[in-house]
Amino acid sequence: MSERHIVILGNGITGITAARTLRKRSNHRITVVSGETEHHFSRTALMYIFMGDMRYEDTKPFPDDFWAKNRIDLKQGWVDSIDSQQKQLLFKNGESLKYDTLILATGSKPNRFGWPGEELIGVQGLYSYQDLEMMERNAKGAKRAVLVGGGLIGVEVAEMLLTRNIQVTFLVREKTFWGSVLPIGESAMINREIRAHGVDLRLETGLKEILSDGEGRVRAVETLSGDEIACEMVFLTAGVSPQIEMVKASGIECDRGILVDRFLKTSVPDIWAGGDCAQHREAPEGRRPIEQVWYTGKIQGERLAANICGDLAEYDPGIWFNSAKFFDIEYQTYGWVMPKLKEGEKSFYWEHPEGNKSVRINFEEKSGAVLGVNVFGIRHRHQVWEQWILEKKTIHEVLTHLGAANFDPEFYRQYESEIITAFNLLYPDQPVELKTQKGLFSKFFAKILK
Amino acid sequence: MSDITANLAYESHSIAHHGPRLKISEKIALTAMAIGSMLLALSLIAVNDSTSETLKNLWFNISWALAIGGGGYFALSKHLNDRPGVRNQGKTTDSLTARGAWGWMMGIVFTSFYICLYWFPRQLEGLVRIHDPFSLFMRGRAADEWFVYGTIYTILTLLMGAKAIAKYRHNRYQIIRTSVIMIVQLTFSYLFPVLAAKFSQPEIYFSYLWPLAYDKLFPSSIDHFLHSGAIGYFIIGWFVVGTFIATPVLTYYFGKRWYCSWVCGCGGLANTMGDSWRQVSDKSLKSWKIERWTIHSVLAFIVILTVVLWFEPYLPAAFKEIAFQMRKFYAFVIGAAFSGVVGVGFYPLMGTRVWCRFGCPMAAVLGLLQRFNSRFRITTNGAQCISCGNCSKYCEMGIDVRHYAQRGQNIIRASCVGCGICATVCPRGVLSLENGPLEERYNQEQGLSLLGKTKAQ
Repeated sequence: MSERHIVILGNGITGITAARTLRKRSNHRITVVSGETEHHFSRTALMYIFMGDMRYEDTKPFPDDFWAKNRIDLKQGWVDSIDSQQKQLLFKNGESLKYDTLILATGSKPNRFGWPGEELIGVQGLYSYQDLEMMERNAKGAKRAVLVGGGLIGVEVAEMLLTRNIQVTFLVREKTFWGSVLPIGESAMINREIRAHGVDLRLETGLKEILSDGEGRVRAVETLSGDEIACEMVFLTAGVSPQIEMVKASGIECDRGILVDRFLKTSVPDIWAGGDCAQHREAPEGRRPIEQVWYTGKIQGERLAANICGDLAEYDPGIWFNSAKFFDIEYQTYGWVMPKLKEGEKSFYWEHPEGNKSVRINFEEKSGAVLGVNVFGIRHRHQVWEQWILEKKTIHEVLTHLGAANFDPEFYRQYESEIITAFNLLYPDQPVELKTQKGLFSKFFAKILK
Repeated sequence: MSDITANLAYESHSIAHHGPRLKISEKIALTAMAIGSMLLALSLIAVNDSTSETLKNLWFNISWALAIGGGGYFALSKHLNDRPGVRNQGKTTDSLTARGAWGWMMGIVFTSFYICLYWFPRQLEGLVRIHDPFSLFMRGRAADEWFVYGTIYTILTLLMGAKAIAKYRHNRYQIIRTSVIMIVQLTFSYLFPVLAAKFSQPEIYFSYLWPLAYDKLFPSSIDHFLHSGAIGYFIIGWFVVGTFIATPVLTYYFGKRWYCSWVCGCGGLANTMGDSWRQVSDKSLKSWKIERWTIHSVLAFIVILTVVLWFEPYLPAAFKEIAFQMRKFYAFVIGAAFSGVVGVGFYPLMGTRVWCRFGCPMAAVLGLLQRFNSRFRITTNGAQCISCGNCSKYCEMGIDVRHYAQRGQNIIRASCVGCGICATVCPRGVLSLENGPLEERYNQEQGLSLLGKTKAQ
């Protein structure tokens, strides 16, 4: 294949994974364009910069000389439009850049719902490096912040602000935190955790209006329940949506995101898209058409690059998994655990008496096949669960070998026996007996046993 | 010990920005510690041979009681008042822990102390003298600078060990490991040699094996033990077995951590007093290259030197002189300057394991064993890594842990001392220290879409 110039717009995880994969697979000329930062950094680590756990440099997953070594050109600048006829990017500063193939990986922006006062100084979201810089400015002298919208970013922002002794009021419209994703047991646990850290968590309420101090700065917010909360900062943390204004204006077909087919091609020849900004015309089974998740961005970047190199295949994210940390409680999930059970599904839930650890396994009532797991405060092995779900292991088989999934550090208390005792109380017909203890040996043993 | 005062005093300053403000009791504790430490420092100039026993005794008791009591209370209170969990807020913004002015000052204080200790012990005379009554009680003889050094070293390990346990109390691996290094320091590296001195037995530090304790297997040492009666044979047996049997066997089963993070006093000090500085270690590829050259050079040097000394009787006179000079060189450059002055003195500037990483020949041996013949690895949990960088940042050995984690690879590195902090600070449960079968110990970078059986290509 002749060498082409592949330009990647966006140096987040999708764009960078695409660039690295292209380099491994080809000799194409690769240029990564970003307005945000010169180098790729880990967006997920923004909170640690603010809290003083890490510096910006520490959040770069690759050393600065990595790019030259791997012949990946970096260009910093904001793109004004895409000229898909002439196959070039036009920059805001008047420069242009020709491409043969273009990958769009422009990421997201925080959602704004047209709230009155959302343009005031002190109101912001947290997604980009520029948002972090703004947060640093806005935090000066701030005593209270109001967070609007319950999600993962909201919890992170709350944790960040508390380290600067800024009080936090957290407005969540749902009955319970992240109730659209978490079943009530886990969600209640996180409500408690958020409150235990001193956050004023207010459920079933939202933002009505952001009030100005008369000089263009935030003075207070008014909630839907009619309370006025004095504050200097307001965070809009009700999710993110694709950052596509420029792409849309350039005539590439978009809906909420840039529309792509199952091969990640856009409506325009030689333009591909992936990651947060992409909207799948036909989402993979069980998945949302737009998924703003670190690893799906990574998989899409990889897939894009392979497809461009001619190794054409449909995007397949595999078994769903995810993880997060809510203050001090870690969360991992593998497979599907929905907040509400579907027809024919059953759910087994165990929670530690201290209320900071839990395991939930959902399974099919008839066959007993496991569908997914939620673990809080305990670490589980990705590959083991993936295998169990793919092979449709039954809840009995899984619990018998539950130790094989345990990924906690050495010397940690193991709860497998307690979990199984709880299960046997609920389902006494076919009692489970724990056969596989935690450890690497057990992992291999479980493989042999399957 | 003005060093810990300033250390903790600074942290108090730092948490004004990150975390809760100081309580009254903490302020009192800090003041007590500051006074105690200043008294210890003052002894350097105010105490001499003519100071009365009573005054020395009083000085020793008051200054240490204030320093330990105040420091201990403050260190524990600070962490115990916070909920258990990973707390590294402010580490990269505070002057003390981010190589600012306080960090440099601390580095200078530590370095000066070691320079005095090795080459100008007379400068420490006042501090040594106030330890006379204690030394008399403990070992039936007056204090010397090495007794004082051991005392300070042990107090710091215990005090800051308690702080480390409080800080990492949500993690049982850290609690147990820190407790063990504290106990080993107190017994094997302090009480046993002190009591041996009291009963006129050889003063042996059983926890330091050859080649770290580089002269343990020199013919002169063996000869000395052979003339120490039955206990001498035990000592020889201990060190021969320790180096040639226990080291490869234990490292095969548990990795080098059994020694570096569970037994060794250098690691003990690093993981207790030095814990606040683990993040300043350099993570670059360049420092990894330098480290491999320096640490293996030291190992080669000490191996050659030991062999040469064993063959010394058969060597011509000119070679004997060379052997003598080599020994002197090693003792000065490696034994004192590198392991002490740089190794601990540079904690606040180069991280807590400068010696362990760039110099220690024992770590080199253990590292080679760990790299090529061990069941130990840090497992990466599938594709959960979000490349945040906490693991690399808080690796005291300067390993770019994230490099492996984000590629789904296990971490198998000669230098890893198995402290377990990468797994502790990981916010997504990606890393775990494990001993397991040699198959699948190494795994290649995994394409994400290749995970499981839903292969896309």
